[in-house]
Amino acid sequence: MESIQIKKQSKFYDAVIVGSGAGGGMAAYTLANAGLKVCLLEAGSMYDPQKNITQLKNPWDSPRRGASTKFRPFGDFDACYYGWDIEGEPYTHTAGTKWDWWRARMLGGRTNHWGRISLRFGPHDFKRKSIDGLGDNWPIGYEDVKPFYDRIDKLIGIFGTNEGLVNDPDGYFLPPPKPRLHELMIKNAAATSGVTVIPSRLSIITKKEEQHGDRNACFYCGQCNRNCSMAKADFSSSNVLIYPAMKTGNIDVVANAMVREVLTNKDGLATGVSYINKDDMMEYEVSGRVVILAASACESSRLLLNSKSVRYPNGLANSSNVVGKYLHDSTGAAMGGLLPQLFDRKRYNEDGVGGLHVYSPWWLDNKKLDFPRGYHIEYWGGMSQPAYGFGFGMENLNGKFLVKGQQKEAGGYGKSLKEDHRFFYGAGVGMAGRGEAIPREDNYCEIDPTTVDKYGIPVLRFNVKWSDYEINQAKHMKETFKEIMHNMGAITTWGADDGPENDYGLEAPGKIIHEAGTVRMGNDSKKSALNKWNQAHDCKNLFVVDGAAFVSQADKNITWTILALSMRASEYIISEMKKNNL
Amino acid sequence: MDRRKSLKILATGAIATGAVVIGCTNTEQNNKVTEPKFNLDRAKEEFEREKKLLSEPDFFTVHEMKTITVLADIIIPADEISGSASEAKVPEFIAFIVKDMPSHQVPMKGGLRWLDIYCLKKYDKSFFDCTPTEQLSVVDKIAFPKRAKPEMSQGVKFFSLMRDLTSTGFYTSQEGVKDIGYKGNTPNQWNGVPTEVLAQYGLTYSEKELFECIRFDS
Repeated sequence: MESIQIKKQSKFYDAVIVGSGAGGGMAAYTLANAGLKVCLLEAGSMYDPQKNITQLKNPWDSPRRGASTKFRPFGDFDACYYGWDIEGEPYTHTAGTKWDWWRARMLGGRTNHWGRISLRFGPHDFKRKSIDGLGDNWPIGYEDVKPFYDRIDKLIGIFGTNEGLVNDPDGYFLPPPKPRLHELMIKNAAATSGVTVIPSRLSIITKKEEQHGDRNACFYCGQCNRNCSMAKADFSSSNVLIYPAMKTGNIDVVANAMVREVLTNKDGLATGVSYINKDDMMEYEVSGRVVILAASACESSRLLLNSKSVRYPNGLANSSNVVGKYLHDSTGAAMGGLLPQLFDRKRYNEDGVGGLHVYSPWWLDNKKLDFPRGYHIEYWGGMSQPAYGFGFGMENLNGKFLVKGQQKEAGGYGKSLKEDHRFFYGAGVGMAGRGEAIPREDNYCEIDPTTVDKYGIPVLRFNVKWSDYEINQAKHMKETFKEIMHNMGAITTWGADDGPENDYGLEAPGKIIHEAGTVRMGNDSKKSALNKWNQAHDCKNLFVVDGAAFVSQADKNITWTILALSMRASEYIISEMKKNNL
Repeated sequence: MDRRKSLKILATGAIATGAVVIGCTNTEQNNKVTEPKFNLDRAKEEFEREKKLLSEPDFFTVHEMKTITVLADIIIPADEISGSASEAKVPEFIAFIVKDMPSHQVPMKGGLRWLDIYCLKKYDKSFFDCTPTEQLSVVDKIAFPKRAKPEMSQGVKFFSLMRDLTSTGFYTSQEGVKDIGYKGNTPNQWNGVPTEVLAQYGLTYSEKELFECIRFDS
């Protein structure tokens, strides 16, 4: 048998960063541009959007016509490698609980394919406990994060509109695209029910400004999930942060590096990390002045819990015992159908940007409702690029509606079937709610005592359940969707039959891929793992800058706040280093 | 028809022009050794799997492929707007997708055999060997779920799957995308819904939208 050797890198870095998504990418970008030497470790492979291209491909370029595989669960053209199921990297559950865990394994992580919905948290979102008595307040408020939101808006680029909404703050917005046809119909239908509809806020450049550098304005192919190889118009950590930062010469990127644990010295300080290189299966160590975790909320807490020592017997930065706890995701429920007025519609290119042009921010007061937190609504529909699944189930459709004035029998074949496909194309419409869940101590991930992955690293065991708060919220979503669908004369084809038996169609936790809360910040070191600078209470040169640091996550997609807090923490690191505190 | 006679026909290969026994490999089909080429990004493990999939022996026999081709062209024939399923290489797509999605394998292979047995009993020959009139007569019995007789329910299920895969295969081909009239997947400037379409639906953009949204001179 071969003996195992640990190879120690001789280079000493200012910062060792684990994970290259929004949090890790922003930390690497900020520190490298300040002249610090950075080692950026990524558990997945190298990925260069300029070379690894799926944008502007046609459905027939994929042998499976864009269908999904376990390597690309969101379809063959989606830019994210891996997802729910990685060979050799299992995770487990406590009986009777659920958590679906998405793991991107590539440079840039899931920012390569995300929805680009970039919503600032509002003033209320940082202080929810003061409003409804549930969960905890953040140790910081909107005023602490606002300057960073402002800078990120300008640096990265985001479109939207200033609406003067208290808890959906204004920002530095580029002009939004005009609504599509079905979005105009949704806007009118929602207004009838008192639901606010405003232009969406997506991190896509619609108008190039000087600071965008070599990035260009969107050319409206609607394929942000493929990552914008051609114009770099949308935000991905790879295109916008990491490759530009690599030009400073201050970053060494190590791909296929699965980090095992954070190393500490006798003084309890972090000295670096150990990792296995997936290419040669050898063990390595890399050391630095600070260690920054941004491996995703669950992976970062897994790493801390696995970093045990005499000094830290239950894991690093965990004297409070909160690491892994308060795990929560956005809630999600959806509904879809057809707009009969769009049958046999005129054809034109309505790709637009990748995603919705309008959305509904939370519009009600929870004090008058039977659930404590809000949700926003995302919409879709129209004439999209055909992909695997196109035309499925025609037998459930063509007998129900007159096709060109003619009553047909369900099913069929031949020229008549071709006419049906043309007739129904582009009439689809749908909507989904994304809501705020209450982070709870008894929703957690922990180290499974009996299971390791193929690298010998103990894996996570999940224990998460929704409460009535989330279930009642899903019920409200469905009632709202039914109303909007009804108002615009839509025929609901799915998602309308949910009831208490299936929690009103509430998605399993994890499914919305907004994992957060497992290494939360707070002023009380007995109830939180990090201070308000994303810095570990127990270990001053250890930082966590992904969604793990969140106390709660509002009904806002968390990326924009991860970016803002990572920039804030990175600048704090720079300033503390200058003061020799780190 | 006499059951003993049916079995005899099966055994002598009157149905199966390719391999008679399912699972028997046909070496002639298996000798394709070509390095697959993709013009879209493939991650390393993904590429390895694709290569393996493409080098696997054909899942369908020659006879099954011929039957699939006849069915696909009945489902999507050429018309004044576009060509047929086989012209758009839909049978080739189906041959690949059953390897990629093994859940289709038993319903497809079993459904094809169900169809052949039905034709054998009724016409004393396989579906493929039936006359076009006989083929359409059988298809009519399984293509309309509401009208179909209960004893045809398995055939209905199979035909619905064939309809799904054929429709998807066709409308994701170059020919099919043109037929359906999808105009996107190309750099352009989104200037909003065309004026005549807004008029058709009695909709307008608000002053606010016209003021704040991005616009391009057309």
